[in-house]
Amino acid sequence: MLKIEKLKVKVGDREVLHDIDLQINDGETHVLMGPNGSGKSTLLMTIMGFGTYEVTGGRIVYNGTDITHIPVHERAQMGIGMLFQRPPTISGLKLEKLLAAVAGGKTAEVPAYARTMDMERFLQRDINRGFSGGEIKRSEVLQLMVQRPDFVMLDEPESGVDLENISLMGTSIAHLLQKDLHIVNRQKSGLIITHTGYILDYVDADFGHVMIDGAIRCHGNPREILKVIKEKGYRECLACQQI
Amino acid sequence: MPADMSEITELPASEKERLVQTGLEFGMENRCGSFFQMDQKILQSTCSAEGVEVLSLEDALQKYDWMADRYWNAVKKDKDKYTEFVAGQKHPAGVVVIAHKGARTVYPVQACLYLAGGPVQTVHNIMIAEEGAELHVISGCASAAGAKSGSHLGVTEFYVGKNAQITSTMIHNWNPHISVYPRSAALVEENGVFISNYVCMQPVARIQMYPQATLGENAVANFSSIIVAQPDSYFDLGSRAILRGKGSSAELITRAITKGGTVISRGHILGETEETKGHIECKGMILKDGIIHAIPEIEGRVTGTELSHEAAVGRIARDEIEYLMARGLDEETATATIIRGFLDVKIDGLPPVLQQQIDAAIDAADSGF
Repeated sequence: MLKIEKLKVKVGDREVLHDIDLQINDGETHVLMGPNGSGKSTLLMTIMGFGTYEVTGGRIVYNGTDITHIPVHERAQMGIGMLFQRPPTISGLKLEKLLAAVAGGKTAEVPAYARTMDMERFLQRDINRGFSGGEIKRSEVLQLMVQRPDFVMLDEPESGVDLENISLMGTSIAHLLQKDLHIVNRQKSGLIITHTGYILDYVDADFGHVMIDGAIRCHGNPREILKVIKEKGYRECLACQQI
Repeated sequence: MPADMSEITELPASEKERLVQTGLEFGMENRCGSFFQMDQKILQSTCSAEGVEVLSLEDALQKYDWMADRYWNAVKKDKDKYTEFVAGQKHPAGVVVIAHKGARTVYPVQACLYLAGGPVQTVHNIMIAEEGAELHVISGCASAAGAKSGSHLGVTEFYVGKNAQITSTMIHNWNPHISVYPRSAALVEENGVFISNYVCMQPVARIQMYPQATLGENAVANFSSIIVAQPDSYFDLGSRAILRGKGSSAELITRAITKGGTVISRGHILGETEETKGHIECKGMILKDGIIHAIPEIEGRVTGTELSHEAAVGRIARDEIEYLMARGLDEETATATIIRGFLDVKIDGLPPVLQQQIDAAIDAADSGF
């Protein structure tokens, strides 16, 4: 589904990602871990195509098409979706209006999705204005439910979410990634950034990667990687140098 | 009573459309009364709502002795050269709308002031909501599309009685050669509410106004303005609230977009008494090089007044556009969606046709930022 080859990315004058290689096949969910500032969010933003992130080398191929330099909305229309860690507040734009725009006229299921995510009372509110951390994340998942992406990127979906809602977030994300389907029938793929690993209690991830200083330093079983990081810190990943 | 309605009905379709864009409903659907003045000639003056009267100014002055007390009271004759010019008219034209004690209208009265060809249109309006009454007025002001020059001098005096409410929505649709000088003021008595909405998104040479509301005990005033300054248009707009009565409050909100024109957005709240509150909010968006100059003034004179203001001028944030693009909206649609949200200040009584006009203006906006 997604293949990243030798990707180099600059932000301003500084190279932030160095020769990233990553392949995510149909139906697979990958987890990206790494210390703050290591470049994880930059990778997601670059895959989405945001202007601040300049690709200076390598390429991004999605379903056989080189998308390295195409606009953000075309990537979204091709099936790439993203849960933002800190989405902007947009004054005057009601959540319901955005959902209608995203749904492209097919709004019949929006009320049911809003109910599922316990966001009905936010439909007439400005996007993200005064939302708590958990409400922002529920709003993001709701938007993705309506958008129905084939490849879902999730930037710290559990951060800021209280214990009561983490289960709702987890099961909803698992549904977005078709975890309720048999493995051979899964088409949707995901790339999840997590610090805590809570999301892994709800979403079985297939592969884990550790990013340090703008490079992927380790691949492996996500739970095992998480265990090592929890016990010995990211330094161990650096020392291990498995790849 | 109608003088000659054929002059309205026989207007070219394009001119009728310009009037519709200011909120005029020719068929009177969703309207309880109507007043139509073309240049200095009054063509229509009618009302079907119980307890509400729509009269020409001259008829009102003849009919009610007490009207003299409301004539040049909230607005002073000698305020400036424009008021003096209006006061100097031998046959003053304009509309008086009276919602008598306790009368409440569901549908608004429409007042249409149309500058067809005269060099100067003068209007003197008086809006009265007596004790416990509720009155909604939609004033549409427009000029003929082809007018090469002209001025509109409009005086409007609002009198909001005890426990009464007036909602005034004014929509302008001028052309690049017209200069406009409205002079308005409201006197709001105890527990009264005055809501003033103003919309202008079409080209104009120059508009200058600074309406004022003086508030009694526990009275409320809300001013909202939505402005799109086209190239070569010059707006000098403001509103002032004087918090004179204990417990009174006011909010002044402006959303201004420039596509090359100039917007001076003033606001002044004067807290004269304790337990008063006031807030000014001006947000400006520069789509194409133009000027948005916000001048909010808050002036507290006693310890028990709480006044605040916030003003921001800038362009559309790139991260907002890209956020919507990540949901599949193309750049133009994302930009239009953000601008539409920016202009959404929930104007009461905004007719659907104006919403469509706002949409059209947004769609026509350039998306290169």
